[in-house]
Amino acid sequence: MNTKNAWELLLFVILPYVSLTIFLLGHIWRYRFDQFGWTSRSTQLYEKKLLLLGSPLFHYGTLLAIGGHALGLLIPASWTEAIGLTERPYNLLAEVAGTTSVVLIIIGLVVLTVRRAARDRVRQATTKLDLAAFSILWVMILLGFGQTVIFNLLGPGYDYRPTISVWMRGIFSLQPDVADLSGVPTLYMVHITMAWVYLALFPFTRFVHFWSMPVWYLSRPFVVYRRRRREALLSPGESKRWQTVGDPTRNERPR
Amino acid sequence: MQVQAHLMMVMVLDKCLGCHTCSVTCKQAWTNRDGVDYVWFNNVETKPGSGYPKRWEDQAHWRGGWKLDRRGRLKLRAGGRGQKLITIFGNFDLPAIDDYYEPWTYDYAKLIDAPLADGPPVATARSRITGRPMDLRWGPNWEDNLAGVKPADDPAAAGLERELLGRYEEVFLFYLPRICNHCLNPSCVASCPSGAMYKRASDGLVLVDQDKCRAWRFCVSGCPYKKVYFNPVTTKAEKCIFCYAGVTEDGLPTICSDTCVGRIRYLGVVLYDLEAVTAMAETAEEADLVEAQRQSLLDPHNPMVVKQAEKNNIPYDWIEAARRSPVYALAKDLRVALPLHPEYRTLPMVWYVPPLSPLLSGIGEAGYDPEDPVEVFGAVDDMRIPMQYVANILAAGDTAQVDDALRRLTAMRTYMRRLQLTGRREVALAQAVDMRAEQLEQMYRLLAVASREDRYVIPKARFEAGAALQSQFRGAGGRGGAGRSPRRGHRRERRP
Ligand code: SF4
Ligand code: SF4
Repeated sequence: MNTKNAWELLLFVILPYVSLTIFLLGHIWRYRFDQFGWTSRSTQLYEKKLLLLGSPLFHYGTLLAIGGHALGLLIPASWTEAIGLTERPYNLLAEVAGTTSVVLIIIGLVVLTVRRAARDRVRQATTKLDLAAFSILWVMILLGFGQTVIFNLLGPGYDYRPTISVWMRGIFSLQPDVADLSGVPTLYMVHITMAWVYLALFPFTRFVHFWSMPVWYLSRPFVVYRRRRREALLSPGESKRWQTVGDPTRNERPR
Repeated sequence: MQVQAHLMMVMVLDKCLGCHTCSVTCKQAWTNRDGVDYVWFNNVETKPGSGYPKRWEDQAHWRGGWKLDRRGRLKLRAGGRGQKLITIFGNFDLPAIDDYYEPWTYDYAKLIDAPLADGPPVATARSRITGRPMDLRWGPNWEDNLAGVKPADDPAAAGLERELLGRYEEVFLFYLPRICNHCLNPSCVASCPSGAMYKRASDGLVLVDQDKCRAWRFCVSGCPYKKVYFNPVTTKAEKCIFCYAGVTEDGLPTICSDTCVGRIRYLGVVLYDLEAVTAMAETAEEADLVEAQRQSLLDPHNPMVVKQAEKNNIPYDWIEAARRSPVYALAKDLRVALPLHPEYRTLPMVWYVPPLSPLLSGIGEAGYDPEDPVEVFGAVDDMRIPMQYVANILAAGDTAQVDDALRRLTAMRTYMRRLQLTGRREVALAQAVDMRAEQLEQMYRLLAVASREDRYVIPKARFEAGAALQSQFRGAGGRGGAGRSPRRGHRRERRP
């Protein structure tokens, strides 16, 4: 096996699975053990004006980008064609939506970054993990921006659906084939690799608030009542939940 | 009909000294942690004044609480569910830290470490948020005793400013201690998209599940009283918990009540009909809201009510407590207590007996005899401006309610004075305010001489309920929760 193949194997087969495993287990672990830390970590109390400008732009741009990625990577071209979305209109749609989202995210992220750097109160609330999250977001968005400019605005556009998308679905069907990626521009390759790093980081940062989109708020009763549970509950130390903290030998001691 | 029990508090404003003992003991118990430096679950405001956070009563600006839509149905003032989800990425109605105040500490180390010098060392103020030196221009209770209050700062004084603070400046002032009202129709709970806030069916307390809160902050803006706070360190919402551990297990009063120097607070159980809540909150006329809410407190002596309460699993102790409830007596029987800003339609369960003293001193100054009930009754009409002001705060602007309560208080004072001086029971005094002589005497006992056991009537938890109570001790022990999180200066490393 030559070095090139080894690298390809590492970056496009091993890394994806390692990253997906961390993504999955990380979420399970975090959800199970860190409900208290599971928040959007809002800093609006410290600074309001810039947030109200930057945050909606950034978030709506991101939602658009996530939708676009899901559509482009997970849905085969044959399916979109089957519902009448042929190549030309599809590409047009992708280009318009992609460019819009890039613009929204960039403006939003610039505002939010300035806010974080220039406002003392917000800066002191920034943790190392927040910095990591911010950095990776910047890397991802700059790559996306580069692709938009180089391929869509200056060039004729690059259709990744016959290559990257096929490989991507191969990952999920457990039959990844690096050969699918032949001829993919380097910029895209870097983008993909960074995306796996991003996904591995995801469960440990504030990004998890993505899963907390409270859509069920639309249908629940306005005022929530809680009744005492009827069944006898365990005392501290008797339930699994409580065993995760404190002295592990506590339950073995005679009472 | 579905009968539920609810804990309720009544504060007698005449007796409040404005000493802030309640605020300080509450703070030491619950909010002396990182991130909640600026938070006062209990605060005492001087009225007239802008309050905490600044101008919290101005709902045209903060958009808290409920309003009625065109069909007369309840609607969150800040907009419906869909609108909330669309604007979830930035809450336009959220107060910023400067609307409360920027918390600070002093550079105490300077006092010890300063090198030998001619002048004494100075401990300068430093922000608890950024650690930077601060120029103090606003802080907790900055307007104590009307310090620096401008009439325009007080939303409840709109339209009355000139007369109120112009003419009555010297005489008109009272203190308003505020906690979360644990409302029957809480707009904070309704505003929480995560469903992390809830009302306990057993006693009506409104709490935040710290594990479920996802920091959307709509509860903070949704509460018209601004009594949910955002902890920017844990990034979770926190609020007054009515000291539920002690209250619901040991029957202990809340810390603010227990330490109240003026003994102004009364705690007890009331019964209400859960199914009637919405209709009550939808009362068309704002001025009728006080009466609607008063009527909704069910009579615990009525056998029908008791029967239904038993059917709805209200424990015997609680029904007993409701019978002896001092808050029921003050709010419904004696009709001297009023809810804070009923026009927000959250149906608050902390009520206030309006202050008579600032009015009486005004009456004396105006040349009437504050001892003579006839003159006082006449003068109450003469005190139109301050009456209107109190009514704006406690009765949705309906002066008749305030007037009624104040007349009853005056009648009680005069009745008792005559009784003690002459030994005669002047029943006519009671009749003049639609009461019986025994009621005036009961009012006197409650307001003037009641002991601890009479002021705080809270049933203890039953031993059998111990296991069920256990489930409620979740959340407070988490990272940064009460009882954890050692204070390590301003810039504690915070993990998400
Ligand atoms: S005062 Fe009422 S609306 Fe405000 S936090 Fe308390 S229960 Fe909620
Ligand atoms: S402790 Fe009592 S008297 Fe003192 S400020 Fe608080 S409520 Fe008023």
